[in-house]
Amino acid sequence: MATPNSPLWEVFIRSRNGLAHKHVGSLHAADATLALQAARDIYTRRGEGLSIWVVPSSAITASDPSEKGMMFEPAESKIYRHPTFYDVPEEVGHM
Amino acid sequence: MYTQALNSSDGEDRFVEDATRAAAFQARIDADERIEPNDWMPAAYRKTLTRQISQHAHSEIVGMLPEGNWITRAPSLRRKAALLAKVQDECGHGLYLYAAAETLGSSREELVDAMLSGKSRYSSIFNYPTLTWADIGAIGWLVDGAAIMNQIPLCRCSYGPYARAMIRVCKEESFHQRQGFEIMLTLARGTEEQKAMAQNALDRWWWPVLMMFGPPDQASQHSDTSTKWKIKRFSNDELRQKFVDATVPQAEFLGLTIPDPGMTQDAEGHWRYSEIDWTEFKQVLAGNGPCNRDRLAARRKAHEEGAWVREAAAAYAAKRESRRTAQAAE
Repeated sequence: MATPNSPLWEVFIRSRNGLAHKHVGSLHAADATLALQAARDIYTRRGEGLSIWVVPSSAITASDPSEKGMMFEPAESKIYRHPTFYDVPEEVGHM
Repeated sequence: MYTQALNSSDGEDRFVEDATRAAAFQARIDADERIEPNDWMPAAYRKTLTRQISQHAHSEIVGMLPEGNWITRAPSLRRKAALLAKVQDECGHGLYLYAAAETLGSSREELVDAMLSGKSRYSSIFNYPTLTWADIGAIGWLVDGAAIMNQIPLCRCSYGPYARAMIRVCKEESFHQRQGFEIMLTLARGTEEQKAMAQNALDRWWWPVLMMFGPPDQASQHSDTSTKWKIKRFSNDELRQKFVDATVPQAEFLGLTIPDPGMTQDAEGHWRYSEIDWTEFKQVLAGNGPCNRDRLAARRKAHEEGAWVREAAAAYAAKRESRRTAQAAE
């Protein structure tokens, strides 16, 4: 029997209490339980984490890099969203 | 961790591609931007990187064999635990690298099959045998030392997933080299017999390790494009020289002699080594090294004997999935 290609999982690790889970890489595993075990062995051999998430790669919807110009244009042109846009006299002090 | 000779295989494909896109791509590279998996890239860039990263991954996996040979015979529990951890790291490095290679569009199964069928290479250094315990010291000190020289510049490689994998690998690699040096130091400070064993390992590994950096610059066909694409940041000879300059004082500290009586130090302080025997290198690459057949046979056996595990895991996952679907339908 030919083994079907095993699914790909994305691995996220919380490195310290209070930090968000961060993407660290990916791996292949037949199911979620095996994916978690493999993630522990591959990505946390030196105490890198307190918690692991594994997510099927196929469940991720990504923006298209070739359309990043259009996608992020609204943020580019709105400099008034940044605090430095506003003039506050120096006498007022830190704000 | 072993990228030797990866810029010296089959001929290069020159595809006529959209000139504007190619120019925009090169401009991104020149601006030191990282290329990510879904970005447009020239087919030859994709092909070169798939070859280099997958061969690098194969080298990590095959590299477990010569060292694994000594796990059960390590001289103490401390040495055994360290060696076991090192071999586990090599496996981890192989897996990070396969994952990076897959982002270029080949499946894990295709990549592994290419290695098992002999179509894709791994570093020729692993075709040499580990005859004594001192060889484990020499591998850590020299082979991992050479690998670090190669890999540090790869942390800045233009392809994002490869560069990120290299950063992880480099962080872990330094333990490998230090544990090897410690083994050599212990032997070198031991009995006459132990010192002779360390010297013998250095004698056997020195020249193959210099070959790890690949053919001399004049003979290397792929360097130009790899340099232009910022996959390669230093030439083979530059990296080899750096390695030799770093290693000579370490050998002196150990009280061991590098097996190159013609070696001299030039006015700038560089250690100039003698001519490398490239016929040996070509022979090993062609499959005629001392252990080529053993290594491939061991990988094939492991792959075949693990087939039932992969099948069982897939069957179990499929069963659970179909139960879940049936329950959802109720």
